[in-house]
Amino acid sequence: MAKGQISIEDYDTGNTRHKWDTNKLKSVHKIITKYDYKKGEVQRGYANRTLYVNLSTGAINEKPVTEDMKKKFTGGRGFGLKLLWDSIKPTTRWNSEENELIITTGPLCGTTQYPGSGKSLCLTISPSSNIICDSNVGGFFGPYLKFSGFDAIELQGKAKEDVVVVIDGEKGRVTVETASLEETNSHLLNEQLTHMYASEGTDKSRQKVSVISSGTGAEHSWWGCLNFSFYDIRRKVPRMKQAGRGGLGTVLRDKKIKAIVVKVEKIDGVSNHPADPLTLAQIGTKIHKEIRDLDRYQCNMRTVGTGHLVEIMDAYDLLPTENYRFGSFPKASKIYSPEFYKLFTKIIPDGCWHGCTLACSKTVDGFTVKTGPYKRQKVTVDGPEYETIACGANMGLWDPLWILEFNFYCDTYGIDTISTGTAIAFYMEMYEYDILNKERCDGLELCFGNAEAVLEFLHRMARGDKGEFVSVAAKGIRRVKDWLIKKGWGDPKLIEECGMESKGLEYSEYVTKESLAMQGGYGLTLKGPQHDEAWLIFMDMVNNAIPTFADKAEALHYFPMWRTWFGLNGLCKLPWNDIEPANNAETDEPSKVPEHVQNYVDYQNAVTGWNVDKEEIILQSERCYNWQRAMNVWMGRGQRKDDWIPYRSMGPVTEMEYLSRKERYDKQLIEKLGITEKEVEKMDMKEKIKILYDFRRDQYQKLADAVYYRRGWTPNGVPTPQKMKQLGMDDPKMLKILQQKIDEDEKTGLNVWGGNYNKREKPPSKDHKYWEK
Amino acid sequence: MERPTTVKILKFYPEKCNGCLDCESACSMIHFKTKNGGEQSAIHIFKKGSSYQMHVCDQRGLCLDMCPVRALARKKNGIVWLDKNTCIGCQACVGFCPIGAMRKSDVRIEPFKCISCGACVRACPEGALELVERKIDDIKEVVYHKQGV
Repeated sequence: MAKGQISIEDYDTGNTRHKWDTNKLKSVHKIITKYDYKKGEVQRGYANRTLYVNLSTGAINEKPVTEDMKKKFTGGRGFGLKLLWDSIKPTTRWNSEENELIITTGPLCGTTQYPGSGKSLCLTISPSSNIICDSNVGGFFGPYLKFSGFDAIELQGKAKEDVVVVIDGEKGRVTVETASLEETNSHLLNEQLTHMYASEGTDKSRQKVSVISSGTGAEHSWWGCLNFSFYDIRRKVPRMKQAGRGGLGTVLRDKKIKAIVVKVEKIDGVSNHPADPLTLAQIGTKIHKEIRDLDRYQCNMRTVGTGHLVEIMDAYDLLPTENYRFGSFPKASKIYSPEFYKLFTKIIPDGCWHGCTLACSKTVDGFTVKTGPYKRQKVTVDGPEYETIACGANMGLWDPLWILEFNFYCDTYGIDTISTGTAIAFYMEMYEYDILNKERCDGLELCFGNAEAVLEFLHRMARGDKGEFVSVAAKGIRRVKDWLIKKGWGDPKLIEECGMESKGLEYSEYVTKESLAMQGGYGLTLKGPQHDEAWLIFMDMVNNAIPTFADKAEALHYFPMWRTWFGLNGLCKLPWNDIEPANNAETDEPSKVPEHVQNYVDYQNAVTGWNVDKEEIILQSERCYNWQRAMNVWMGRGQRKDDWIPYRSMGPVTEMEYLSRKERYDKQLIEKLGITEKEVEKMDMKEKIKILYDFRRDQYQKLADAVYYRRGWTPNGVPTPQKMKQLGMDDPKMLKILQQKIDEDEKTGLNVWGGNYNKREKPPSKDHKYWEK
Repeated sequence: MERPTTVKILKFYPEKCNGCLDCESACSMIHFKTKNGGEQSAIHIFKKGSSYQMHVCDQRGLCLDMCPVRALARKKNGIVWLDKNTCIGCQACVGFCPIGAMRKSDVRIEPFKCISCGACVRACPEGALELVERKIDDIKEVVYHKQGV
């Protein structure tokens, strides 16, 4: 037994205890609407119906899941797209009456044998981007929703006062109840509701309840996240995972939903009623053994979670530091994973769904809060994960305890650590250039490294502070860019190129400057700059495995499709390549992890009873991926102009950044642009930056050309009706919309390649309207 | 609750074993009400070279901390017990058992294991099996993430 370990029977988080009278809280609930449903069994991964709740009218009903729907949209995120398509308009915005918040599951969701099988997929029209944002999240809600009878829940309209939506899988009853006395912030609210709705006062009973909530930060910002709870029977607290990206919590609170509660009657190892449980147990046990034997030599997920990435990113110059200006920093070792390991609670299984032995959900128990409304209280902090730690680097916070404080408040206030951290890093850079200052920041000294100011900003935002800066800053980088430019406080180009957003959504935490493919991985995406579609930096930059535009385009076809597949099924991507078989490097395509791809093929067949192969599962994704892009087009987006990314993600914006990698950039001027060494020496910095700028911008356009072509889109990035028909997505209304858009683009001259091709270079196709051939 | 300090585990005398596998049949009776043995028995006897070996749980309890629903617990008599009504069939304990002693049969999703009931001891015609008492502190292990098991 390792030194310092405590046996779990004796385990106590040391957290501040709250004594609530949950009966009193519940006694003032008024039931606004009620719906009794017939409980049913999940068959081969599907509950075969979805739940619709309208908060404005009080209507609640069921919608059947048809075989055609399964064939076209598979499940999970795909079902979310289908339900949105049936409900919203092209003009729908995040706060429109008809906007929906959808939580979906997926046919493999809720399986316990294979690690990472408890993901929910959440979709809505995002306040940040005004298009569909999908976000995946762990916790118990998704599996419980399905085992209570529904593949998805659709929430439309807005309640008049704060409500909770309760799905009682025990009674077969859905209610919408007022909830005026409960807390709003997640770490307290989740605990209150878990205790309130558990059938008995036991941990076993509490483990059968899962809550989705957000917080006061979500009410006053566009960064609202959804906290999905999972009751930890050892710590005796409901822990939580976040659907972070895109402001879903903001939409939840706009609908006046305080929380969504689900209670499951029972679960066991075959609640999905899989077609072939034997195969499931076999492939599950195989990967459990792989994790047991290899994780400690690979990612060390079981020990430190995704935090192990901090030291790797720092070593490869990829850790975003001071708003992505740099990729490493001398102080970075202060936030390497061993520093967090010292703080994490050990010996407890940390999966966010049963059976996940990769167990990356680390926590710090008994953390003493330093600031704000919960100052001096002791709490459990879920995380931090890599992205949150890297936000620390981005804001110049090099103290693990301040990163924990930031993590805790973002979570309980219901805001996304990624968007919040990336945005504050941008504000800090603007502060450094005197584009922002103390006066313009409502008295906040938002300079790099000022943790107190960061927390003060969060507290003010969560209180609904009406200061001009706090109000605008809480809407994110895109709106602050517009505000700064309108105020005339700085060079508009500098402001545009430094702020790390695309499509209105903030970047996640990787420096992409030296990897063109990864720039595409962030820019040529459906919902915005998020690394869940592709992570190609090592393949591209370190291993140089995809040197040509066509190679990069192939990677930017395959990986986004492959990764989309997890979202269609309710799965987590981490057990795919954050653990690899011992002989993976010797396979034909190590980056795909072929053995695990086969696991997933077998897995889907074992649950659904289908007979798919690895090509078919990519097709499942392609259908939904193209459909989502087509919906973006329908909403006036989803075109080349929308795939714009800031230059900070492509190259050096400032002289300081050029200097920090001078050797690399000078070399590129010589090797890639044919400028002689002597000429380079003579050039001044501004000139070199400009030449590099034009070159890299053009490279990105050429990449977009290649990717659009590979994906079967027009040069303006519009999915073609031909491609849609080929995929079987033949909805006549959609085909007509796409054809009209392509005809319009023809008139306005947008059906042309974006790159400047010289005589030696070839665009992806010389045929005009190649897609018609 | 008073914690158990000792546990009975199986001891095998290979020189006495004749390979009849009556022990496995007896174990199957306990767990599955069949005499099948093999994959339906928690104890395995197999031939290695010229003599027999036994493969069975030694009650070290490393699996206790693997279980997400606490279906695994140490009973009053010290044995590691899997409550199949609580178990959610994730196979984490099966995959992580360092000696492969947590068993899984094809007939149900929940695993099963040796509970030191002594059925095999009683069934052995040669007296090759015995339950012996051990101090739990001498055999127990706790999941330690750094070591991955």
